[in-house]
Amino acid sequence: MSEQNRAWGSGMDETDEKLIRLTQDGIEFTHAPFEKAAAELGISEEEIVRRLKRLTEERKIRRFGASIGHIALGFTANGMGVWDVPEDKIEEIGQKMASFHEVSHCYRRPRSDEWPYNMYTMIHGRTTEECLAVAENISTAVGISEYKLVFSERELKKKGVRI
Amino acid sequence: MERKTNELDEIDRKLINLIQLNFPVSVHPFEDIAAEIGSTEEIVTAKLARLKKEGIVRRIGPIINTRGIGGTNTLAAVKVPKDQIDKAAAVINRYEEVSHNYLRNEEYNIWFTVSAPTQDRLDRIISEIQTELNCPLLDLPTIKQFKIQVNFHV
Repeated sequence: MSEQNRAWGSGMDETDEKLIRLTQDGIEFTHAPFEKAAAELGISEEEIVRRLKRLTEERKIRRFGASIGHIALGFTANGMGVWDVPEDKIEEIGQKMASFHEVSHCYRRPRSDEWPYNMYTMIHGRTTEECLAVAENISTAVGISEYKLVFSERELKKKGVRI
Repeated sequence: MERKTNELDEIDRKLINLIQLNFPVSVHPFEDIAAEIGSTEEIVTAKLARLKKEGIVRRIGPIINTRGIGGTNTLAAVKVPKDQIDKAAAVINRYEEVSHNYLRNEEYNIWFTVSAPTQDRLDRIISEIQTELNCPLLDLPTIKQFKIQVNFHV
């Protein structure tokens, strides 16, 4: 465990933290994928299952499941919508943008003189046209025309958050 | 080697749709999945191994909520000259705390996310990257998260 990582884990006991470290790079696709971690931690596989469910309930992990290589799956268009939303409408518009099922992430972020956008929506599609059409629908629905869709040209890294 | 989405068979599709948001957390999860989709554990694990080899399934594990475990994160963008992109990417990706990094069709052309246990550590990473690249940088921490629900339906 590197020094910079030692500060992780508010509300996690040492076993929770070790369990995350033992599984974060992916479990094996076998009959008993938690067997090795259980032996390593000196707890039962049932206890591992209980801990993972509790960590999910506590929102310390968002979910336990598959991370998908969306590009390999054919979702090669990855458009990040950046929007200039008036501050007094931001709550209402954020909710509305988030309600589009094509939007996977919707975040408010700070604007600056250099970069006037304060709302971000991630749209994954099979083609750029598909993403552009979704952004246009959102634009019409929320009444914001100051936006652009910034497409990814190359994946430079995708690892997932690790502790 | 790469299969198109339309070359996935019925079991592949059912698997991909199930294991993202509804992976059964249990002692024998692949047995449970097999029962759920009407297959066998041997077929399920073999199919998943192939999907992993093809890069369609990256991994099955915990998706960590950085802020939920007391950490912090940000989205940053840098404006890097075209001929220095690979060098800049290497500088940024050197940090274990950088989870995602994309080249995008914008003046600010490299966009990456950083997750760290403390604000100090996060600020230090951003400042080191800015110093080393000597390029304009946007630091865009989340003010409010309205949604995070990644789900690819096939």
